[in-house]
Amino acid sequence: MVADASVRTSRRQSDSRRPACRRRAQVGTTPGRRHPVAPWPWPDRVLTLDRVIRDLLRPWREATTWWSLTHVMLDVLVGTVTFTVTVVFLATSVALLITFPLALPFIWGLGVASRAMAIVERSRFAAVLGEPILDPVAPLRSRSPWGRLVERGRSGARWRELAYNLLALPRGMLTAFVAGIAWCGSAALVLLPLYVSTLPGETAKFWLFEVSQGPAALAATVVGLSGLLIAPWVTLALVRLDRAAARWLLAPRREADLGEQVTRLETSRAAAVDSAEAERRRIERDLHDGAQQRLVALAMGLGTARERLEADPEGGRRLVAEAHEEAKAALKEIRDLVRGIHPVILEDRGLDAALSAVVARSPVPVSLSVEVAERPPAVVESTAYFVVAEALTNVARHAHATRAAVSIARAGDRLVVEVRDDGVGGADPGRGTGLQGLRDRVTALGGAMHLVSPDGGPTTLLVDVPCAS
Amino acid sequence: MRIVIAEDSVLLRAGLTGLLVDAGEEVVATVDNADDLLTVVERHQPDLAVVDVRMPPTFTDDGLRAALQIRARWPKIGILVLSQYVEETYASELLANDTTGLGYLLKDRIADVSEFLSGVRRVGGGGTALDPEVVAQLLARSRRRDPLDRLSPRERQVLGLMAEGRTNAAIAAELVVSDGAVEKHVSNIFTKLDLPPTSHDHRRVLAVLRWLDT
Repeated sequence: MVADASVRTSRRQSDSRRPACRRRAQVGTTPGRRHPVAPWPWPDRVLTLDRVIRDLLRPWREATTWWSLTHVMLDVLVGTVTFTVTVVFLATSVALLITFPLALPFIWGLGVASRAMAIVERSRFAAVLGEPILDPVAPLRSRSPWGRLVERGRSGARWRELAYNLLALPRGMLTAFVAGIAWCGSAALVLLPLYVSTLPGETAKFWLFEVSQGPAALAATVVGLSGLLIAPWVTLALVRLDRAAARWLLAPRREADLGEQVTRLETSRAAAVDSAEAERRRIERDLHDGAQQRLVALAMGLGTARERLEADPEGGRRLVAEAHEEAKAALKEIRDLVRGIHPVILEDRGLDAALSAVVARSPVPVSLSVEVAERPPAVVESTAYFVVAEALTNVARHAHATRAAVSIARAGDRLVVEVRDDGVGGADPGRGTGLQGLRDRVTALGGAMHLVSPDGGPTTLLVDVPCAS
Repeated sequence: MRIVIAEDSVLLRAGLTGLLVDAGEEVVATVDNADDLLTVVERHQPDLAVVDVRMPPTFTDDGLRAALQIRARWPKIGILVLSQYVEETYASELLANDTTGLGYLLKDRIADVSEFLSGVRRVGGGGTALDPEVVAQLLARSRRRDPLDRLSPRERQVLGLMAEGRTNAAIAAELVVSDGAVEKHVSNIFTKLDLPPTSHDHRRVLAVLRWLDT
C-alpha cells in the first residue's frame, strides 16, 4: 500500500490545466514589460535584422494573441445582445412611465437582465483573457420587492453595469471593424495577385484602387504582408481597450463602492454568525437524538439487569449483552459525530486523506479527484471538507443517484470544489437547512456557491473559495 | 507475551492493562506519551507495543510516528495501533512495506474482549490485524472496480477478512463454513484478481492490500 502523493495525483483525471494556461495568457499580454526597450545605441544588443523580425513575429507564437483575437471577435456578438436587451427594457420602461405601475415589471427586468449580463461579461474576461474582474455589487438585503428595487436603483455599481452593457455594442463594432480590417483586409491583399491573375480583364477593382497584374499586384501583397505583421499588435491593443472599459465600469471603485463593500462584509459576517449558530444547533440535535438516547437505554438496560440478575441469571445475562451492544452503538455514534465536528486527519494530512474516508462511507459510489499542490489555509480546507461531506450526505439521502463525482482543484488563488451526481435533481437551498448552512459558510469566507439542480437531474454543486487569507 | 502500552487516557490505560493481565499476558510497562514509548521499548524489548495514535506531545499522530520508528529500529517487535477513528491514509503509512506483526484497530473493538484478544495475539505472533472499517474504506476507494465487481458477494466477504489479516481457519469460523470451502474461495479470488498464489498468510495480506491500493 503506497500512499505516495505522486501516485495519487497521477491517476486523477485532471481538469486544472486551463487555469495555468490562462495565467500565462495574463502575463503575456504586456510584452513590453518583459523586453524593456534599451536606449539607442544599444551597447550590449546589436540590432540585427533577424532580431527585429523575431520581435515583430513574437505575438504569432504566443497563445495570448489568439485568446485576445477570440475575445475581440466575441465583442460584437456580446455587444449586440447586451445592447438590444438593455435598450428594449429601457425603452419600454420609459414609454410606460406615464402609467407607472405598468412600468415596474420592466424596470425590474432591466435591473435583473443588466446584472446577469454583467456577470456573464465578468466570466468572459476571466475565461478568455484570464483576467478576473471582481464584482463590486452588494447583495440585495431588503425582503420586500419595492425595497429591493430601490436598492438596485441606489447602487452605483449596478448603474455602471448598465452603462457598460449599452457601450458594449459601439465598442464591439469598433473592435470588430478594426480587427476585421487588420486580419481579413491584409489576408485579402496578400491573395490579391492570385485573384487578379484569374480575371479576364487583367485588372481588378479593389476598394478605390484599380489593380492590374504584375508589379501593382505584388505591391498589394507586400502591403498585405505588412498588415498581417501588424494585425496581432492591433489585436493586443484592442484587447487593452476592452480591459480598460471593463476595469472602468465593471470593476470595484475604491471610494465610490466603499458603502457597498461594507454591505457585502456585513452580509458575510451575518452569514458567519448564522452558520456557527446552525452548527451548534446541529450538534445539540445529533447528541440529543443519538448518543444521549442510547446512553439512557444503556443505563436502563443495566439497571434492569442488576435487578434481575439474582432471580433470573439467564435473562440478566441477555440484558447485559443487549446493554453491551447499546454501548457499542453509542460509541460509534459519538465517534461519527466527533469526527464530523473536526476531522483531525484534515489538519494532519490534508483534504485528499480526509475526504477518502468520507467518500468511502458514502453508500453511493463516488470518484474523488483532489488536485491541490499547495495546501490552502486551514479554514478553506475545512470549508471544502464540509461542503463535500454535506453534499454527499444530501446525495445519499435525497438524490437517488447511482454515482457521484467529487473534484477539488486549485485555480489561481481560489479553491474550486465540484460535486456532481446523476440523481433526480430538484435540490433547493431554500428548503433544506443543510444547503443554506453551506452557503453561509462559503459566503463567510468571501466565496460563492452555485447549485444547478433541475427537476430530473443531474445536480452539480460548485463552490469556490478564495485561498488568500 | 510481554506487552508495553502507550495510551494517554488513564481510564483506558488501566482498563487495557487489567484486560490483558486477566487474559494471562504480561504488561511490562505503561506510558502516556510517544517519547516515553520509545524509551521503554528500547529498555524492555517487548513482544508487542499497544499504541494510541493521538497522544502528547502534539495530540495529532504522535503514536503513529512512534510506531513507525519502532518498526524501523526493532522490526521484530509487534505493534498494535489503536485509534478513536481509523483512517485509510494512516493504515497505508503503517503498512507501507510489510504487514508482519502490525495491527490497526478502532478503540471500539476493545469492547469485544475475546475478539480484541485474538487480534492482540495475532499481531504478537507476527500476523496482521486490520480493522474492518479500514478494509471497507480500502474496498470503497480501490480504483480496481472491474475485477472487484467480478467477485461474488461471498468472495468479497472473504477478501475483506483476508485483508483484515485472518487465517483460513478464522475465516471459516467467522463465516460458519468448512476450511475447504474457504480455500476454494481464496483460490478463486487469487485467480480472478490475477494475484500470484501464496499460501503464507502474512504475505497474502500484503499482496491483497497492495492490490487494493495500486
